[in-house]
Amino acid sequence: MTVELVGALMVFVLAGFVGFEIIARVPPTLHTPLMSGSNAISGITIVGAIVVVAAGYTGAARWLGVAALAMATINVVGGYVVTQRMLNMFKSRKKSRKGGRS
Amino acid sequence: MISTPLLQLSYLVAAVLFIMGLRQLSSPRTAPKGNATSAVGMLIAVAATLLAFEIIKPADLLIGVAAGALIGGLLAWRIQMTAMPQLVALFNGLGGSASALVVLGELTRPKTAALASSSLVAAGMGILIGNITLMGSLMAFGKLQGVIPTGAIRSRTLPWLNLMLLLACLGFTGALVGAPGNMVIMLSLVGLSLVLGVTGVMSIGGADMPVMIAFLNALSGLAASATGFALHNDVLIVAGSLVGASGVILTNIMCKGMNRSLGNVMFAGVGIADGAGGVAAPGGGTVKQASPEEAALMLAESDLVIVVPGYGLAVAQAQHTVRQLADELEKKGVEVVYAIHPVAGRMPGHMNVLLAEADVDYEKLKDLDEVNPMFPQADTVLVIGANDVVNPVARTDTSSPIYGMPILDADKAASCLVLKRSMRPGFSGIDNPLYSNDRTMMVFGDAKDTLLELVVQVKQS
Repeated sequence: MTVELVGALMVFVLAGFVGFEIIARVPPTLHTPLMSGSNAISGITIVGAIVVVAAGYTGAARWLGVAALAMATINVVGGYVVTQRMLNMFKSRKKSRKGGRS
Repeated sequence: MISTPLLQLSYLVAAVLFIMGLRQLSSPRTAPKGNATSAVGMLIAVAATLLAFEIIKPADLLIGVAAGALIGGLLAWRIQMTAMPQLVALFNGLGGSASALVVLGELTRPKTAALASSSLVAAGMGILIGNITLMGSLMAFGKLQGVIPTGAIRSRTLPWLNLMLLLACLGFTGALVGAPGNMVIMLSLVGLSLVLGVTGVMSIGGADMPVMIAFLNALSGLAASATGFALHNDVLIVAGSLVGASGVILTNIMCKGMNRSLGNVMFAGVGIADGAGGVAAPGGGTVKQASPEEAALMLAESDLVIVVPGYGLAVAQAQHTVRQLADELEKKGVEVVYAIHPVAGRMPGHMNVLLAEADVDYEKLKDLDEVNPMFPQADTVLVIGANDVVNPVARTDTSSPIYGMPILDADKAASCLVLKRSMRPGFSGIDNPLYSNDRTMMVFGDAKDTLLELVVQVKQS
């Protein structure tokens, strides 16, 4: 075990705890947007794909990188767009009246 | 070019924005802002990465991003809300697959120095989890889309096969540490993990999909984390861990909603009798039928109506018609609320999204604990395409597969209308004594047609 690995484990575990704390507060009505929104966050692997593609390898590594980049981009772009579409539909008439809309 | 510390700092900012974004999901009012916050975090992470690395093949980069953005954007814009479970499953699978491919790219690239053992173990886990997520999600997609039979499969051999596949994959991950770059080992791991994704989800029935989708969501996060460990990239680890936590929480809520453990969902395969129960009269009692006119009168004369939507509502695409009916009833001074069971539909929150699309005020969507005390005061309950979630057997019959599952107390209301296509039992194939209850009336037919008829009748009453 290296110090670097322990550091990474620490980051992983602490982030998990933060995740549990904040996500437990999401109301059931938003569970689908939570799934698709967190799904978009898991598209963070796009960063890894960029690193692999940018390096300009030849052969298998090149195509694996391009495929990974395309898939991760679908995940990120599609995930955020569809989540926004869903969230914009959640309305409360009570609240909007208070907001002064007729 | 930006320096490495600056890159790491950008990743920190991105991680903080993800956390803040998820926090804002705690209320429907702040949620749209939360999603945007999270998207900005992603943008910062991507931009910093692009600036930090020397880009040797910009064309490859452009092709990958352009293709992905086009496909993802089109799918997200055009998808119908009723098809949301499929889309979430698909995106999930692609995310997992991307993680696995990144790891493979890292393993096959020409290297200047050997990878550390811990990175190799993480790489193996990234391939394993990513590929299970990919194939599992594609299976879920197929079942939700109706391309693959949706019935659950109960098999004694399947769990053992899955266990053996998992052990073999872990074995090959170990072997990878001993012989990094060995193509046979790598391809075996890839192949077996793909098979495991298929066999693992194959046995899951449609009604158990909410659990499975939430679980695959957790896996897609863990795959990203594993990739982060392999690449020594902290933002991947943090983001993956957050998503993993979210998926685990949702899986847990869904399991509680069915009173089953994850292991039970994955291996037991309830619902084997899907449809096999045929048209047997439930509980031996007689079933009363109501015409749409009678039903409309019952609704219009109520003070409080509780609507219980289920997967049948999504299938019939009847969410807008329900809203119309509620509008008409409200014009007559009837209070209408919606009772949402945690596992109604095919994914967590499925019914809420459908009703939000139909412009139903989210304040009127009540969850189990909130709505159950309201049933005894309700004059009429309107059950639309829901079955197991209102089955009183879950309270009383210890021998029933759904015994102990928390249900909506529709049978405690003064009267109950059930809109149903036919007398076929639900996904679990269990008879529902609610239908033969004295105070229950059945209205047979397509949910949407019946609702349209009800709208007309209520208007006239």
